[in-house]
Amino acid sequence: MERFITKENLIRLAEELTATCRVLAPVASCGTVTFRRFLPGMVLDMHSRMAAVSPKAATFPQTETLLTVKREIPEKKPEITETLPEGKNVVIGCRPCGARGKLIFNPVYETDKTKDPYYITRRDNTVFISLACDRPETTCFCHSVGSGPADAEGSDVLLTLVGEGYVARSVTPAGEEVMKSSLFADAGDKGKEADAKNVRARELMGEAHDYASAPAQLLARFDDMDFWQAQSAKCISCGACTYMCPTCYCFNITDDDLGLESRRIRSWDNCMSHTFTLEGSGHNPRPTKAHRLKNRVGHKFSYYPDLHKGVIACCGCGRCIKQCPAGVDIRQIVKAAQEYSE
Amino acid sequence: MSQLDDLKNAIKSHLGELECVIGWEQGYDPLHATPLFIRTEADLDRLIIGPLAVHNLATYLPGFKGKKIGVVVKGCDSKSVIQLLNENLINRENVVVFGLCCDGVVSQRKIRAALPADPGFVESVEVGAQDLKISVAGQSATLKLSDVLADKCLVCATPDAIISDVLIGAAHTPAPAASLACQDEFEAKSDAEKLAFWQETMSRCIRCYACRNACPMCVCRDYCIATSRDPLWISQDNSPAENMMFQMVHVSHLAGRCTECGECERACPVDIPLMLLRRWMNKQVKDVFELQAGTALEQTPPLLTFKVEEERINERGW
Repeated sequence: MERFITKENLIRLAEELTATCRVLAPVASCGTVTFRRFLPGMVLDMHSRMAAVSPKAATFPQTETLLTVKREIPEKKPEITETLPEGKNVVIGCRPCGARGKLIFNPVYETDKTKDPYYITRRDNTVFISLACDRPETTCFCHSVGSGPADAEGSDVLLTLVGEGYVARSVTPAGEEVMKSSLFADAGDKGKEADAKNVRARELMGEAHDYASAPAQLLARFDDMDFWQAQSAKCISCGACTYMCPTCYCFNITDDDLGLESRRIRSWDNCMSHTFTLEGSGHNPRPTKAHRLKNRVGHKFSYYPDLHKGVIACCGCGRCIKQCPAGVDIRQIVKAAQEYSE
Repeated sequence: MSQLDDLKNAIKSHLGELECVIGWEQGYDPLHATPLFIRTEADLDRLIIGPLAVHNLATYLPGFKGKKIGVVVKGCDSKSVIQLLNENLINRENVVVFGLCCDGVVSQRKIRAALPADPGFVESVEVGAQDLKISVAGQSATLKLSDVLADKCLVCATPDAIISDVLIGAAHTPAPAASLACQDEFEAKSDAEKLAFWQETMSRCIRCYACRNACPMCVCRDYCIATSRDPLWISQDNSPAENMMFQMVHVSHLAGRCTECGECERACPVDIPLMLLRRWMNKQVKDVFELQAGTALEQTPPLLTFKVEEERINERGW
């Protein structure tokens, strides 16, 4: 389905959806754009800049309660309640990379052996209305990881800005359902203009980098700690890159114990942290930042593609580069491994 | 000869005796610098200095235990070096300090606010003596440097490195420390207004710990109580209250130690104005202990000493 929606009507759509769904949208606050719960009256900021934090939380929240435990009397058997996510979510105004990022979770959280009900429920109840990009930022490289500025994969509706509104194209039945709203109008011949914009945006990205040799070349450097120490010298081992990444899916589970009531929570984990693989014995197979950065880069560009049909676990949004306090550039690290010669 | 050439020559003459020298080079685009670890003379070609070279490289020093290295510091960064020395976290004989006479560094946040389009689309940058000519998304803009300087530079009393083995550039006439308008405005708010501000702001915090890891004085590193699992001091829940709790732990661990280099705030990917907390705390420390961290060798932070009675706290008179 192809329709057209004006900028004003998109805001109206977002406001209408808040009645039945939890709407996440880019909202500016103190000069920063982040995805947050959108409520009527808030100002959508779809165009000034890419949201600092990705819309990952829509399907994989930073913290979620897995279950609660209640004990009336300490000796009595506790009452355990599973808290599966409820309700529908809509993400409006994410970039295609942000919507596509979550696809990386699927072969991990839904396999023949294991099914993560929390992730699957959220994923199936979340609609992504993405906005195709007009032009790449200096940190964008989606075209090098099998995507592009108008990639519809992972989105339910793809918008392209044309004049004072957006050409909207449905990608999934859920997207088609949203587009049944009377706020959408006939697109007329605006579709052609949208196509031209999408083609132009792809051209502006220039030539894509070829990561085909990355899995093997990164593995070849696995034991070369000199290489990893040099690559990680400026890394300060914080977790900003992993937390802003739409594809990072590692989690930690902790218990928030409040006397007779407690909550088991799942929160984002972070391979840059010392505790990430800290074993009960005290041994840590990744004791330094060099080992940790090797894990992050290796996971995305080598181990994951090796396990999952060559798919790179990176959507090329560039947030890890743009927001890194030390300016660590994952593109350069992979390239250095690819170009390495003894 | 330019300041940069002087610095390159100075580094060249020390390179043989050092594991590496930490400076800056251009980062992923013309508007961003990134730390450079100079190991060979060839690496020196990439060295840059100037208003875009913002990082406080002293942050890396405690990580080089036992190795002799060099570091390039601005005036503010040199205070971190002094504080690290005062706390025996680094050894003087293992560090060669290349000090700069600094004219200030930019705030990427202010640049972002002043540009006609997002700096994500930057095409070129020309650094002049008084301005930055930036081309972004096909539009050109000339920003006056004085308009986009980091807040810390607006009130800087130590533009020239106060500790150095080599000092590069022409020394500035010392200016008294001024107070910062945004800090005064914030402190004039009522407690309820401040609380509302932090609740809103901390709802953005993603607890990535960039503020902690960028801080040269946060030296617990892997053993920070915020990420300790046994005991689990702070919930991993990212509610505004827990996020604020972490920031309060952070700020109190820096009492008498924070040199106001501003790295915590600069590193924050969601622009939380953490320096509002730091400057407030430093003011209390200065009032009570007459101490400013990093301003003199051989001074000990009040929380690292014990006295039965503090000179300026009248404990028994209450």
